[in-house]
Amino acid sequence: MWRRVLALVVKELLAILKDGKSRMVLIGPPLIQLVVFGYAATYDLNHVPIAILNQDLSAPSRDLAARFAGSPAFQELAALNSAEQIEDLITSRRATLVVSIDSRFTRDLLLHRPARVQLIVDGRNSNTALLALGYANTIIADFGLSWAQDHGGAKPPAALDIRARYNPPLNSQWFIVPGIVALLTQVVTLLVVALTVAREREAGTFDQLLVTPMRSVDILLGKGLPGLLIGTLEATVIVLAAVWWFNVPLHGGLLTLYAGLLLFVTAITGIGLMISSLSATQQQALLGAFLFMVPSIILSGFATPIANMPDLVQRLTLVNPMRYFLIVVRGVFLEGATFHALLPQLWPMALMTGVTMIAAGWLFRRRG
Amino acid sequence: MSKRSDGRLRGLLRKEFLQIGRDPSSIAIAFLLPAILLLLFGYGVSLDARNVPIALVAESPDADTQSFMARFEQSPFFQPRNFATIQRADRAMLMREVRGVVWIRANFSRQLRTGVAPIGVIVNGVDANDARLVEGYVQQIWTSWIAARAQEARIPTPIPVSVEQRVWFNPAVESRNYLVPGLIAVIMTLTGSLLTAMVIAREWERGTMEALMVTRVTMRDILVAKLVPYFLLGMGGMAASVAIAVWLFGVPLLGSISVLVAASTVFLLAALGMGLLISSAARNQFVAGQIAIIAAFLPAFILSGFLFDIGSMPTPVQFITHAIAARYFVAVLQTVFLVGDVWSIVVPNMAALVAMAVFFLGAARLMSRKRLD
Repeated sequence: MWRRVLALVVKELLAILKDGKSRMVLIGPPLIQLVVFGYAATYDLNHVPIAILNQDLSAPSRDLAARFAGSPAFQELAALNSAEQIEDLITSRRATLVVSIDSRFTRDLLLHRPARVQLIVDGRNSNTALLALGYANTIIADFGLSWAQDHGGAKPPAALDIRARYNPPLNSQWFIVPGIVALLTQVVTLLVVALTVAREREAGTFDQLLVTPMRSVDILLGKGLPGLLIGTLEATVIVLAAVWWFNVPLHGGLLTLYAGLLLFVTAITGIGLMISSLSATQQQALLGAFLFMVPSIILSGFATPIANMPDLVQRLTLVNPMRYFLIVVRGVFLEGATFHALLPQLWPMALMTGVTMIAAGWLFRRRG
Repeated sequence: MSKRSDGRLRGLLRKEFLQIGRDPSSIAIAFLLPAILLLLFGYGVSLDARNVPIALVAESPDADTQSFMARFEQSPFFQPRNFATIQRADRAMLMREVRGVVWIRANFSRQLRTGVAPIGVIVNGVDANDARLVEGYVQQIWTSWIAARAQEARIPTPIPVSVEQRVWFNPAVESRNYLVPGLIAVIMTLTGSLLTAMVIAREWERGTMEALMVTRVTMRDILVAKLVPYFLLGMGGMAASVAIAVWLFGVPLLGSISVLVAASTVFLLAALGMGLLISSAARNQFVAGQIAIIAAFLPAFILSGFLFDIGSMPTPVQFITHAIAARYFVAVLQTVFLVGDVWSIVVPNMAALVAMAVFFLGAARLMSRKRLD
C-alpha cells in the first residue's frame, strides 16, 4: 500500500513543482509577504502627523509642546496660529491629531486651577484615534506631574505601576509575526490540496486514477501528503524567519510548536480534500477554498481579538482550526507555554483532523 | 466601427452571459460572497475592547481600595472579578480567563496617607494593541479617581492639566464605522479580481481560446465581452455591500451617491483589469487563482490602510502601498462614508485609481494577443 501511496505522492509533487509558474507561486509570494506583512501589519503608532495650536506662548506651554514634538509616536507638521486652520487639517487627513493649548494655560497652572488642553483627533480610524489619545494623555500627565513637582504642588497619593507580561515593550510585531506563520501556512496548504482533485477531474484523469488498483484511502493519502509536506516546510521557513530575521523571542519548546503545527496542517489538509472532492471544476474548488479561507482568517483572532466579537460569532470561531493554532504559536513563542498548558487548543484540532479526513474519504467514494 | 463587428461583440457578450448563467459559481462570487463576507466581517471584526475580564486583588480590602475598585465595576470597558491573592489572579491570567490584574497590596491605605501608594497593574501583552487600549482605560480610571479624591478632600488636584477630547467624524469611537467601509474595498478587490482571473485562463486551459482565435472576433472584442458582464455583476455586489453597511450596520453615509458610484466604477475597472492581466499571463486556472489571492486579497487586507495605519508603516512599505489599488478606494470610502465629499481626498485618490485602471486594462490588452506559443 505504501509503495502505491508513495508513487502518487511523488506524482503529485512533480505535478506541482514541475510547472515553473506554480512552483514560483508556492515559494516567492509567501516569502515576500512574510517580509512585507511582518513590517506592515503593525498597530504601533509612529510619526503620527500632529499640529499644535499654542494660544498661550509662555514657558510651560512651550515645554508641553516640545514634549509632543519630541515623542517618537508623533511628528509635528505645523505650529498653528488660529483655530480656523484645524478643520481643514483634520478633514484633509494631513494631521491626525491637533493639540490646542488654552490661552490661560499658564495662569491657570499658577493659580492651581485646571489648565486646559484640547485634543482633537480624526476618528476615521478609531483605533489610531484611541492610541493617539492614549499617547497624548500620557505626555500631558507626565508634564503635569513634573510641573507639580517643580512648583510645590501636591503629589498624587497613588501611582500606577503598569507592566505588560510576555511582551514588555508592547511590540505588536511580536503578536503579528507568529500569526503570519498560521496565516501563510493555511493559505499555501489549502490551495495546494484543494485544487489537486479538481484539476484531475477537469482534465479527466481522475477516472483513470480510480481504475488503478489504488483504494480511495491510498488516493486520499497520496493527495493529502504533498500538501502536508509543503505546508510544514513553508511553516518551518517562516518560524526561522520570525526568530532570526524579526527577532521574535521563542520561549517555548519546538516539540510543542510542531505538535500544534502538524495537527493544524492535517486539519487544513482534511478541509482542502473535502473542498476538492466536492467540486467538479477548479473554479469551484478555488471558490470553495476562498469561502473557507477568508472567514477563517478574519474570525481567527489573527488581526482582531475574538473576545471583541458578538457571542454568536465567538461560538462560530470554535470550528476554526486557525483559532487554536494561533493561540499555540503565540503561546509557544511569547509565553513559553508548555504542551500541557496548550492541550485545550490541541485536542480540538485533532478532532477536526479526524472528522475532516473521514468526511473527505467518504466524499471520495461517493463522488468518485 | 462596422456593423459586423458590432454583431460579433454582441454575440460574444451573449456567450459570456449564457456561460455565467449556466455556472452558478460566478453569480455566487459576485453576490453571495460579498454579502456573506460583509456580514461575517461586520460582526466579526472589531477593535473595541469592551467588557474586558480583569482580575482585582485587594490584599486588605477597606474603604480606600473599595473606592478605587468600584470604578472598575462601573466602567463599560471592564468586567472585573475579585481574587483574594495575587497567586490566584496570576493563575487566572495564565489560563486566559482574565486579560489583566490590578493588584493593591496590604498597606495601601497607610501609604496613601504617608507617601505614594503603588497600584500594580499587569496586562497580558501578547496582543500588544489590546494591551495598550486596556492600559489606557486603567489610566483613565486612575486619573478620575485621583481627581475625585482631591475634590472630596478640598485640596488642589495633583493633576494640574485637564484634557478635553474630541473625536471627529466618529464620536462614539466605534471601530465598525471605519472597518466596514474599508471591508467593502477589500471584498470588492476579492470578487473583482477573482471573477476575471479565472475566465481567460479557463479558455486557454480548455483550448477554447484557439477556437475563438480562428473566428473573426478581435482580441479587443474578447476582452470587452469578458469585462462587461463581470463589471455589471461587480457593481451589483457593490450596491449590495453599501446597502448592508448603511441599513444593517448603521454606518453613516454622509457623502454623495454619485461620488460613491464614480469611485466604485473606476476601482472595479482596475480590479477587473488586474484579474484579466493575471488571467492572460497565467493561462492556467491553478496559477491564476493563486496569484489572484496572493496579489489581490492579502495585500488589500494588510496594505490598504483598512486595518493597519499606513502612516505607521516603515517608509519602504509605505512606498509599496502606492501600488495597491485598494489603498485609494479605502481612503475614498472612509471619507465619503464618515465625512462627506472632501475633494482634497476624493480627487487625488480617484486620479490614482483611473491611472491604475488604465494601466491594468492596457497591460491586459497587450498581454493577450492572438498568438499561440
